[in-house]
Amino acid sequence: MNAIRTVLAAGVMALLVSPAQAAGGGAHAPEHHWSHSDLFGTFDQAALRRGAQVYKEVCSACHGLRLVAYRNLMEIGFSEGEVKAIAAEKEVPAEPNDEGEVEMRPAIPADKFVSPFPNENAARAANGGAYPPDLSLIVKARPGGADYIHALLTGYKEEPPAGVTVPDGMNYNEYFAGNMIAMAPPLFEDGVQFADGTKATVEQMSEDVTVFLAWAAEPELEERKRMGIKVILFLLVLTGLLYVVKRRIWADVH
Amino acid sequence: MADTDGAQAPEHGHEGETRRDFLQLATGAFAAVGGAAVAWPFIQQMNPAADTLALATVEVDISAVEVGQAIKVKWRGVPVFIRHRTKAEIDAANAAKPGDLIDPEEDSARAKKPEWLILVGVCTHLGCIPLGTSQGETKGEFNGWFCPCHGSHYDTSGRIRKGPAPKNLPVPEYTFISDNVVKIG
Amino acid sequence: MSKFQKPAWLDNGLVRWVDHRLPIFTFMSHELYEYPTPRNLNYWWNFGSLAGIVLVIMIVTGITLAMHYTPHTALAFDSVERIMRDVNYGWLIRYIHMNGASMFFIVVYIHIFRGLYFGSYKAPREILWMLGVVILLLMMATAFMGYVLPWGQMSFWGATVITNLFSAIPWGIGDWIVTLLWGGFAVDNPTLNRFYSLHYLLPFVIVGVVVLHIWALHVHGSNNPIGIDTKGEQDVIPFHPYYTVKDMFGLGVFLIVFALFIFFAPNYMGHPDNYIPANALSTPAHIVPEWYFLPFYAILRAVPDNFIGGWTTEWLGFIIFEAKLAGVLAMFGAIAVLFVLPWLDRSPVRSSRFRPMYKWFFWIFAIDCVVLGYMGALPAEGIYIVIGRIATVYYFAHFLVIIPLLAKFEKTRELPKSISEPVLGGGGGGAAGAAAKPMEKA
Repeated sequence: MNAIRTVLAAGVMALLVSPAQAAGGGAHAPEHHWSHSDLFGTFDQAALRRGAQVYKEVCSACHGLRLVAYRNLMEIGFSEGEVKAIAAEKEVPAEPNDEGEVEMRPAIPADKFVSPFPNENAARAANGGAYPPDLSLIVKARPGGADYIHALLTGYKEEPPAGVTVPDGMNYNEYFAGNMIAMAPPLFEDGVQFADGTKATVEQMSEDVTVFLAWAAEPELEERKRMGIKVILFLLVLTGLLYVVKRRIWADVH
Repeated sequence: MADTDGAQAPEHGHEGETRRDFLQLATGAFAAVGGAAVAWPFIQQMNPAADTLALATVEVDISAVEVGQAIKVKWRGVPVFIRHRTKAEIDAANAAKPGDLIDPEEDSARAKKPEWLILVGVCTHLGCIPLGTSQGETKGEFNGWFCPCHGSHYDTSGRIRKGPAPKNLPVPEYTFISDNVVKIG
Repeated sequence: MSKFQKPAWLDNGLVRWVDHRLPIFTFMSHELYEYPTPRNLNYWWNFGSLAGIVLVIMIVTGITLAMHYTPHTALAFDSVERIMRDVNYGWLIRYIHMNGASMFFIVVYIHIFRGLYFGSYKAPREILWMLGVVILLLMMATAFMGYVLPWGQMSFWGATVITNLFSAIPWGIGDWIVTLLWGGFAVDNPTLNRFYSLHYLLPFVIVGVVVLHIWALHVHGSNNPIGIDTKGEQDVIPFHPYYTVKDMFGLGVFLIVFALFIFFAPNYMGHPDNYIPANALSTPAHIVPEWYFLPFYAILRAVPDNFIGGWTTEWLGFIIFEAKLAGVLAMFGAIAVLFVLPWLDRSPVRSSRFRPMYKWFFWIFAIDCVVLGYMGALPAEGIYIVIGRIATVYYFAHFLVIIPLLAKFEKTRELPKSISEPVLGGGGGGAAGAAAKPMEKA
């Protein structure tokens, strides 16, 4: 009876704790296997590099990545020289000069990614009133995470389903809440020329940029899982030892 | 409370006791290691963070600094003076005799390239920022820098000559990555 | 016999020198080592010490986080991301603190339910129980304010909804309180700053109340699974080494669960919307508090808007209370009812082991709490409203109707004569009529 109670209690806890999804009109994103989702997960390094290229050449026109620093790219395989070059393409405000004027200077690796728009209002004005969100945390900020982002990018339909009218300036997307998204389909076949020769299909680019964005949101993921394995193994041994010690000490009471 | 006088009730044979003690010792040791491993991140988090370390070096383009001019740049939170010395200033620095110097040091030991003098601009007395870098600032009696707080005078090599400061202006670690760019730190 | 064995170090010269001047060592020895504890405690009794340890974990991680966090609306969100990305092990400390809050509530809720099941709130432990409810309230206040600090969408809107509740208090007092809480005309920077100050303070108040809680506990000692008072030496064992090692083992198991969340599912119990910076001009589709507040949130929303306003208008011709006041009263009432539980439950039998009817109602109550939690997470629409209302009414019915009635009418089972009797076989069988008195009158 007690065992049943314990299982029930555990199950009840699990139910209570799992977040209830608020559906809002978008289809549920299909599950997609990501190499970094596994217990021993690591990021697909090649995908990260290709994804960075997709971000830079496609997404960065409208979407910022302001929480990531250029130097962070060195963690995903870019060399110092490459990072300096990527940073130097953009300009940031310098310290005020002796006249008190703020001039612009090329970005250095220590700087954060420069956003395409100076503020939200400017971003909205340039995008028909819609705000292209910063992508630094987008994978953590949406229910469904990477599955959702990937589904969204590949979820545009040429024709909306029968009976659905798409308002001017909007696009039909199967997975976006409400199905009407202001962003036009951003990915086209061969839109990017990958350096490693991989064919740039929409599916491929979407996967790669999603992995890149997953890294951008959780750069600590690999270290976290590595540490987690060590901690759990350590705790299993320690708890096992403690159990044996407990039984020995309690032997004269039972 | 019942005050037992420490006598152990022999529960098991001698061998059993040793085995039990060893187990407890092993468990204790394991737990101690775990404790140390847990404590480490909490100490390490106080060490400089990645963004602070990223600014540990700074690259400065010195192509715009004319001969006789000097600039100030921020490095690790403190000012660094970069002076493009004239020949007269270099000669004056070399002419000083060890006896004249409060903190004897050769000029050649303080400047990798004689025309470029790079110093940490913090007075070695109590930490004020000496004057003499910007246009119009007084350079003190030795034509280098003058600290207005307590009157320390530094020469054209940044060495202390007169006043309460005990040491020369420090020379930071630096490298010329090209003729126009110096990396400090 | 499992007698207490005085450790050798207590006879140490230095220890005795200090102890003679400030008896900290004999105090610790008395309260932690010798302290007589019922021999039959089961693992449900581990959760008190677990709660204490989680409190320490929260304080240590909180203080280290405070070294890097900036409590300003323009900087808070980014300072947390800096902790996650740039501070050495910052992500680890942040995730420990974030998941630690959830673990704290899991542990405390189990601890409370243990008390409900085994009658730990009954005489002479009423004050112990009430101190516990105070700790729960302080935890809820601390957690609420802590959640605001990252300044995400849920931080901001959760703060807005909950602070707005106070405006339900009538006669202008409510509005005055809300303005005082906000420090302005809406949740904004002054609010964030003062929540930070109070969030840093309250855990230490909790520590103080925990000291009182343990003091109250040590006066009469722990309850036990059969709910019968300890009668003598044969019923107790010294806390050390028996319960120290058992608590450590329990801690090991707990840490494994904790670590699984921290390292492999750190955001499972959170809400994705809080990774969106707060925007006062954009309300999230569904404002939801953290899971541990969901049952109370459900109770808050369960009361129909004009519940009090409606019938008092008819009756008296004018509205006494603001529409939402009833929901607020119900929510706080849900905790208030815990305070008076020792006086609602007059049954002389403590443990559910000997209260078969109460046992059923206990589990139904537990399920009711889960249902309430689920309803709190769902939008207040359609069938969910109905279920939420039934569950809320049942929650109060459990305490205010069922428990008092059970005390009167329940046929309890025969109690054993003592704790050690069923275990050691001493003291004769507990057969006809020889039921021991489970507890003495205060």
